[in-house]
Amino acid sequence: MGELKRTPLYEWHKARGARLIDFAGWEMPVYYEGIVAEHQATREKAGMFDLSHMGEIEVKGPDALEFLQSVMTNDVSVISDGQAQYSVLCYENGTIVDDLLITKLPGRYLLVVNASNIAKDFNWLKSHIKGRVEVLDRSSEFAIFAIQGPHAEDIVAAFYGESVRSLPYYHAIELDYQDKKNAILISRTGYTGEDGFEVLLPNEYALETWNKLFEVGEKYDLVPVGLGARDTLRMEMKFALYGNDISDQTNPLEAGLGWVVKLDKEFIGSAALKSIKEKGLERKLVAFEMVDRGIPRQHCPVVIDGQPVGEVTSGSVSPSTGKNIGLAYVPTGSSKIGTEIAIDIRGKILKAKVVKAPFVPSHVKK
Amino acid sequence: MDIKAFKFTEDHEWVRVEGKKAYIGISEYAQKELGDIVYVDLPPVGERFAGGDELAEVESVKAVSNIFCPLSGEVLEVNEELTHSPELINKDPYGQGWIAVIEIENPDELNDFMDAEDYDNFCSTL
Repeated sequence: MGELKRTPLYEWHKARGARLIDFAGWEMPVYYEGIVAEHQATREKAGMFDLSHMGEIEVKGPDALEFLQSVMTNDVSVISDGQAQYSVLCYENGTIVDDLLITKLPGRYLLVVNASNIAKDFNWLKSHIKGRVEVLDRSSEFAIFAIQGPHAEDIVAAFYGESVRSLPYYHAIELDYQDKKNAILISRTGYTGEDGFEVLLPNEYALETWNKLFEVGEKYDLVPVGLGARDTLRMEMKFALYGNDISDQTNPLEAGLGWVVKLDKEFIGSAALKSIKEKGLERKLVAFEMVDRGIPRQHCPVVIDGQPVGEVTSGSVSPSTGKNIGLAYVPTGSSKIGTEIAIDIRGKILKAKVVKAPFVPSHVKK
Repeated sequence: MDIKAFKFTEDHEWVRVEGKKAYIGISEYAQKELGDIVYVDLPPVGERFAGGDELAEVESVKAVSNIFCPLSGEVLEVNEELTHSPELINKDPYGQGWIAVIEIENPDELNDFMDAEDYDNFCSTL
């Protein structure tokens, strides 16, 4: 590992015995104790994730909303201060630049983007600026922690005050840190399917806050969780991962993200997506479980009637159910729940079937 | 389990000899490297493997690893327990986590392996 970037918690992860991997150019913990235990802890109690590798892009100026409307698939005009929204950036042909979370704050929008796409997104936004808009890459300034699981609310309330309990899903509040006004952003969001929060804070408070959250979290059985369990948790919810399930080779409609694509407004890619929708989708991202024994992995071919018809984009054992599960693109005609498909796992053609997503019930605060 | 009775390969398999039978598994170092083991694909009993052939597949949540057959010979027995409890490899790699038993064809092949002490030294260089 040569020139990998490190978060403010790198030394903590190392001291805690984390297995570190290169993730999008960052040296990140994949697990501490083990992926399965960390997954279960998040579903049953609480887990805390270091997501400081993710990017933060600020968009402001009098024409910020109009500009965002011209690049985002979702309708940014519907969120008010203190609200967050999931959205997608598309190329002209309708394929995906990135998926991201937008939070509207007084006088600005904050975009949290995938670590692997920070430079690409920033350049994309800059090159499409219209009107009086400023786009700032502030990724190097902030750390992000996610606290997720049934005990997350108790932990965050014990540390940040009771007011966070009433924060609705996809809402955010700014809090002071010592003498700094509005230094911390707490959002009721996550990528696990459990209730939980994401805390965005300046790097210089990161280690201290992380340690204090663990002190407070001890009696709620809070454990650190690595990227391995983050992946299995999101997979069980069929949450798309950029680079796996969505990319510049896929469009949001076939990825099942039509709910964030508002074709009644114009944005980069809207014309292409309209025509794709009118023609009908050729393929769809489906959730499947293995019938035969075998763990599907990314890039395993999907086989129907002896022919390769698609590809697995994510696959794993599901720690919650013990079943072997995956996400894959299949022809629309084979996307119905219950359809029998087969997965070519390293030369073995193994039976699988399309199932309803999510694989386990969601417990987010609605 | 007396670790002195085990021999090791550079691919982190172990061999424990009982008469003409060789028990085969993976080392403590290997199970730690792999993390939570969630799937084991066992070889068919009765099949013959040459030393260095792929004997079994072990999968953790994140990755697939091949287990190579350290010795030439026929598979006499496999650890069926691993089908339902693959985590036995993590919990007890030298005992309940054994993978297969091979009938030793050529005892000379045993000379190629490291003893526990040499293997420890080898791991510390990785």
